Amino acid sequence: MDADHLALQYLLSGITKGSIYAVVAIGFNLIYSATGVLNFAQGEFVMLGGMVAVTLAAFVPLPVAVTGAVLLVTIVGCALELVFFRRLRRHSVLHLVIITIGLSIVIQEAALHIWDEKVRSLPYFTGNEASSIQLAGASISPQVLWVLGTVGLAVLALHLFLRRTLTGQAMRACSAQPEAAMLAGINLNNMRTLAFGLSAGLGALAGCVISPITMTHYEMGAPLAIKGFAAAILGGLGNPTAALVGGLLVGILEAASVSVLPAAYNDVTAFAVLLAVLFIRPHGLWGKPAGESVREH
Amino acid sequence: MHVLKKIAPYLGLMAGLVLLQLVLRLAGKDFWLTQLTMSLYYTIVVLGLCLLMGFAGQVSLGHGAFFAMGGYTAAWFTTHNFSSAGNSSWVAILRNVGALQERTDLYGNPILTGQPWAGCLMALGLTLVVALLIGYPALRLRGHYLAMATLGFGLIISKIIVGSSSLGAADGLTNVPPWSLPFGLTLGGRAALRIQNYYLAAGLLVLTLLLLRNWVHSRVGRALQAIHDRETAANAAGIDTARYKLKTFVASALLAALAGVCFTHYAGGIAPSEAGALKSVRYVALAAAGGLSSLWGVTTISTTLNFCSLRGWFGSLDHAVFGGVLILIVSLAPEGPLRPLGQWLLRLKSRFSHGKEGADATA
Amino acid sequence: MPLLEARRLRRSFGGLVAVNDVNLSIEPGSIKGLIGPNGAGKTTLFNLISGLLQPDSGEVYFQGRNITGWPPFRIARLGIARTFQNPSLFPRLNVLENVMVGCHAHTRHEFAACALRLPSMRREERAIRQQALEQLQWLGLESWALRPASALAFGQRRMVELARALAARPSLLLLDEPASGLTPAEKMVLADLIKKIRERGITVLLVEHDIPLVMNLADDLLVLHFGAPIAEGPPAIIRRDPKVVGVYLGQEADHAAAS
Repeated sequence: MDADHLALQYLLSGITKGSIYAVVAIGFNLIYSATGVLNFAQGEFVMLGGMVAVTLAAFVPLPVAVTGAVLLVTIVGCALELVFFRRLRRHSVLHLVIITIGLSIVIQEAALHIWDEKVRSLPYFTGNEASSIQLAGASISPQVLWVLGTVGLAVLALHLFLRRTLTGQAMRACSAQPEAAMLAGINLNNMRTLAFGLSAGLGALAGCVISPITMTHYEMGAPLAIKGFAAAILGGLGNPTAALVGGLLVGILEAASVSVLPAAYNDVTAFAVLLAVLFIRPHGLWGKPAGESVREH
Repeated sequence: MHVLKKIAPYLGLMAGLVLLQLVLRLAGKDFWLTQLTMSLYYTIVVLGLCLLMGFAGQVSLGHGAFFAMGGYTAAWFTTHNFSSAGNSSWVAILRNVGALQERTDLYGNPILTGQPWAGCLMALGLTLVVALLIGYPALRLRGHYLAMATLGFGLIISKIIVGSSSLGAADGLTNVPPWSLPFGLTLGGRAALRIQNYYLAAGLLVLTLLLLRNWVHSRVGRALQAIHDRETAANAAGIDTARYKLKTFVASALLAALAGVCFTHYAGGIAPSEAGALKSVRYVALAAAGGLSSLWGVTTISTTLNFCSLRGWFGSLDHAVFGGVLILIVSLAPEGPLRPLGQWLLRLKSRFSHGKEGADATA
Repeated sequence: MPLLEARRLRRSFGGLVAVNDVNLSIEPGSIKGLIGPNGAGKTTLFNLISGLLQPDSGEVYFQGRNITGWPPFRIARLGIARTFQNPSLFPRLNVLENVMVGCHAHTRHEFAACALRLPSMRREERAIRQQALEQLQWLGLESWALRPASALAFGQRRMVELARALAARPSLLLLDEPASGLTPAEKMVLADLIKKIRERGITVLLVEHDIPLVMNLADDLLVLHFGAPIAEGPPAIIRRDPKVVGVYLGQEADHAAAS
């Protein structure tokens, strides 16, 4: 394979992975906008989606399994908000973030006990691991198209929801001006639960659709959360479109780094991006420096 | 008398540690000392974290990386065979300084490896540099961003370790030789040295407590608490808050690294999991559970929980326990469980005394 | 030579010009008042002088030295101490320790010395404690020394914050609305205290809303309105300046002048 094809292969692989990071990043953004919290358990939603779907797929057809998984994990997300975050409003953001880290550990360990440490995966949605499609000279698995298509549709649906429906607009109002929203009669608590539910559902969907390619295992949540956070902050927190672009960028950077770094260090790219953004431009590429300050002085 | 009152808690601690050892000897559970010794080293890391979190008010979710940096540097330096480097100038310098020693490996072959004391110095030096490099930009970030930055840093170190074959990759480094200390003491894991090493660890713990205590009850300690409480006012009072936070960060990193060095020589090796996020989060959970600014609470709780974990008493729920502890403590009692516990006890007491008064009044 | 001199200070926030070409000069040993309606830019000017904010343009000189853009802690070490509108004590320290923090600006033992508890460090520690106690005694607060700072009432916190600022041995003391939230009786005590502070040789810059109080205390006043200076001078002159009266009293001034 010549250099151009290789580059294209890397690009596609990067966009595939990157779209998952984008979903996690969008989930971060949703919850951050609605509650001000960085929900580190975001990655676990992706993991749970895949795991639940694999279990369900043993009993029901694949589409039903995926739908069921998304629904179940959405409920888990809502439950998290109801049980924890609704009660803990008076805590500082730092405390809440630390709690989400604790939650992600507990969820991860629960997954280990419910399932086990074995790696699982959903079957390919169409074809199998050997099938491939030719696209501009590079061969890709049809599942990649599923990933891009599903994530694209989901993001579009979310966008339409937030802009065109009453509930969606209410959610945006809550994050922009909570007091005004309350005065307008919007129930902030419900909006927050909705934000958690949406993030969980989106994450679960991503987890299902990526499962045939990257496998699902109980430990995959934490690195995803960090990379998703890196993507979210690269774009600039509070900006969903930027989160999407941020995710794709992180994915592409990571794929490109394979040609430069030894394979074992591949993960380091995303973490390095995280540090670079935090140290150099904490408000991200599209965020505004004023307002919510990342730095002390 | 005044001096005695100040020293009393430390004498009490030392007496308690001695008592513990004797009790274990009597109960025939001498081998528990091994895990206890390791717990003490972990507690030193947590105490350093206490200084940073409880006093300076800065969070770090990456302290496992510093522990690992210390341990891995010591391990690598004392197990790497420098004779293969031939006539490199570095090797010559090290040899001249007396930093290398000739010994034989498992198979009886002669090898040239580093001396533990030199390894320790290298470990501390490396940690100093890295802590400064990371701390300088990171400490300007606000709470939850600092948390993510330190988490990211810890993960990078963890990935580098796992990905490096010279550092043993996923298996870690083993066959780390014991460290011969002055006065005929040896820091190593042989059964015969068990009691000696327990006291070595205990001694280091007491020294750490004294160091932290000296800082807390001084101009430095007041400045740190001022920074934690009202950073702007602290600045306006003449405190260079950025510098103080950085120095505290570096100090806590160095403590973690030193604990890592000693731990590695004692355990005879080190694994990549020490650098991982799970370990780092565990340190934070223990610091919080002990009551962030209560050095004694932290010492007790950290030693106890680490010991239980090392003995395997949490079984497969090991990580979940610390995750759960973290969630419970931070949501219910962020300043540590001791104060709410004390307040609850006071309320109980007043309920009893009011009850009595009520009874007397109606009588 | 003036103790503090600010030249053509300018500071905007987004589109709003908070401080607009302000010149300020304070003579040593005097009490300077800074007044103006709400939003006039007084606190911003304060923050520019004490280093909490950087000016967009202009300079600040202290004892002839250009301190423009210096971080607050460096300015504090030069001998400028300040209080805050909301008394900012450190709740986890007790009253005495709070005041001891004030001494930080002119003491020196750092991490290494404190770790080893060197004899010189212990001597300095005793001196710090002594000085802090003296400040509390001067204000009559020594009985509170061991109380946790979080247990104090509002007025008491003000006093302790003042003690902390005095412990820094400042040449210039910046007081940000020290009388707000105080009862009239407390205000009289405060005014007395500020005069005594001047007798100690400390220069005072005072932001205040309580006009009678400031008129009584200050040797010299600067009046700000929408970030720009509109009058400067001794109270007797300012009191009669129609611009000042107009800004504060609006319509009523016309009635007062007519009658």
